[in-house]
Amino acid sequence: MTTTADPRAAIASTQRQPGTTGWLLLSPMLLWLGLFVVAPTAILFVYSFCQRDELGQVVFEFTWSNYARIADPVYLNILVRSLWYAGLTTAICLVVGYPVAYYIARSPVQRRSWLLLTVMIPFWISFLLRTYAWISLLKAEGPVSGLLEWAHAIATPLDILYTPTAVMIGLVYTYLPFMILPIFTSAEKLDNSLIEAALDLGANPVRTLAHVIFPLTKPGIYAGVLLVFVPSIGMFAVTDLMGGARVPMIGNVIQNQFGQARDWPFGAALGITFLALFVIAFWFLHDRGEVRR
Amino acid sequence: MNSPAFVPKKDATAMIDPISQLEWEFRLPPVPRAPISATPISMETMVELRGVTKLFGSMTAVDAVDLQIRKGEFLTLLGPSGCGKTTILRLLAGFEVPSAGQILLEDKDVSGVPPYRRDVNQVFQSYAIFPHLTVADNIAFGLKMRHVPRAEREQRVNEALELVSLQGLGLRRPHELSGGQRQRVAFARALVCRPKVLLLDEPFSALDAKLRHAMQLEVKHLQRQLGITFVFVTHDQEEALIMSDRIAVINRGRIDQLGDATDIYHSPASAFTADFIGEANLLPSEVVHKNGVSAQVRLAEGLELNVRSSAINEGSRQALLSVRPEKIYITRNKPMKENAFKGVIEDEVFRGAMDELRIRVSTNLSIMAMVANESAHERAWHKGDTVFCAIHTDDVVVVEQK
Repeated sequence: MTTTADPRAAIASTQRQPGTTGWLLLSPMLLWLGLFVVAPTAILFVYSFCQRDELGQVVFEFTWSNYARIADPVYLNILVRSLWYAGLTTAICLVVGYPVAYYIARSPVQRRSWLLLTVMIPFWISFLLRTYAWISLLKAEGPVSGLLEWAHAIATPLDILYTPTAVMIGLVYTYLPFMILPIFTSAEKLDNSLIEAALDLGANPVRTLAHVIFPLTKPGIYAGVLLVFVPSIGMFAVTDLMGGARVPMIGNVIQNQFGQARDWPFGAALGITFLALFVIAFWFLHDRGEVRR
Repeated sequence: MNSPAFVPKKDATAMIDPISQLEWEFRLPPVPRAPISATPISMETMVELRGVTKLFGSMTAVDAVDLQIRKGEFLTLLGPSGCGKTTILRLLAGFEVPSAGQILLEDKDVSGVPPYRRDVNQVFQSYAIFPHLTVADNIAFGLKMRHVPRAEREQRVNEALELVSLQGLGLRRPHELSGGQRQRVAFARALVCRPKVLLLDEPFSALDAKLRHAMQLEVKHLQRQLGITFVFVTHDQEEALIMSDRIAVINRGRIDQLGDATDIYHSPASAFTADFIGEANLLPSEVVHKNGVSAQVRLAEGLELNVRSSAINEGSRQALLSVRPEKIYITRNKPMKENAFKGVIEDEVFRGAMDELRIRVSTNLSIMAMVANESAHERAWHKGDTVFCAIHTDDVVVVEQK
């Protein structure tokens, strides 16, 4: 066999374009996306350049003022805090989730499915219910505080509810599975003989982790980071309930514009700005996440 | 008379130039090779296994194995799947720790030493090439982990690429290589570390027959040229016979027999080895008489064979015999030889170079014989022919007796 052609060309040619059947199969999803994602986003985009009257009605007169308002220190502060909280949530989820995901992926098949189940079970219970459960767990007269007092770990009742700490606990708790699952998928595909080869070639466990396991689970890490960072930045329910609206994030501000404040154009401008940031972040991560195999 | 034509042709096949059979994207002059016996095998021990046992739960994978592997030899662990040969290799690599016993590398106990602190490298069955690294980075991996300076690293990687005839492919990605090339990368990556022992876990099982044979000879040459001790695991008895200085036949976690290819083939020590290596007629018999000069056994009523007297122990009454099918001589007329008997060809199978004959020699005994396929136009033997079979006394091997 003599292959003179570039093998990359041969690989590319096998990735076919979807045919008629393909488009037909895709059509329900395309319709859904068109109606409920593309169209609303387009409306938001138009609104973001509009004004509002005293009653909160949208007035179709062009203005940049909504975008200019975002630069206001009040909102910039909230924006920076949101990025910081989302970043911290992502980092904690990664540090906590990676070993868990790796352990599950490396377990024998039967134990693996049980462990995965324990990661999924919280999804069976309403998100609001779980958040309220956290509130009663963390409150000053709650069981966590009682246990710590009993163990003499703290002298006075726990006072973390309605603080940034509580918000972080809530965010990490909510998004941890979204970090674990994609990393698990990546780690499960990792061929054990590659790890053995690294050990065999003189790499100790730490260096094996750094030079083989991390690089080969990168797609999962990037997917997990994206899945945690993006939604946690816009999260408003956890901040509302566990932060007691004392630590608002950008999600709360946007929610407020569409709700009580009745300033849809400004809410739309915030939303579009965030969308633009996400798209840029996604492109950046996507380019790196594509590990060439 | 022995029949040299049917002995595995160790030297004759070495004439084929393996390079010409491989898939190349560009041609290179063959690397000059040292003569096949460049490095003599010393009698010094490189690796020693002392009563090594490995348990997985209640399953005994390796059962009190004692084995001495000599410096510079090509030793093959041969056996069926699940016999424990791969576990022995993993124990040598350090991926498993023995449940009992000791593993000594150059007289030092390495039983509990992790793989990254052993001067042993492995060529994996799946090759285990790192998909995220280039060919050169794959080969440099072991050197980097051992903190070899950059300049030396580059030089050694280039030498290793040349050694396995992959010059110029250093910047390729693994997925751009063919299976044969990926295997060469695996060899280069392991050899560049200059290990004391190279472990090979069925490295040729994914290659097609022609390429596999070429690689077998090339690896054999490479081993001789480098003088590194190779421990090779395979279930392919032909591969073992072609490549090895010595073969350890493994059965149920134990070494059944240890010896060179001809030893194992011509003098199997057990029914298992006789049956597993090549093909064998395993014939139960009764001992008729034995004295200092001769011994005679009975296969069936009226079918007695003379065997070497030394092969039968004093007091044995039954013996299991092994006779290689190509050691049975078929003639039309009754030969003037001992151990000759009459039979009828029951079945004939054309096997290319050989004809396999199934010959009924008694009402409840038929034997298998192999004869050279003499002509394309007419086959010498036909189903239903009455023929005479003769077996040389030395070709009857007693594998069990009681």
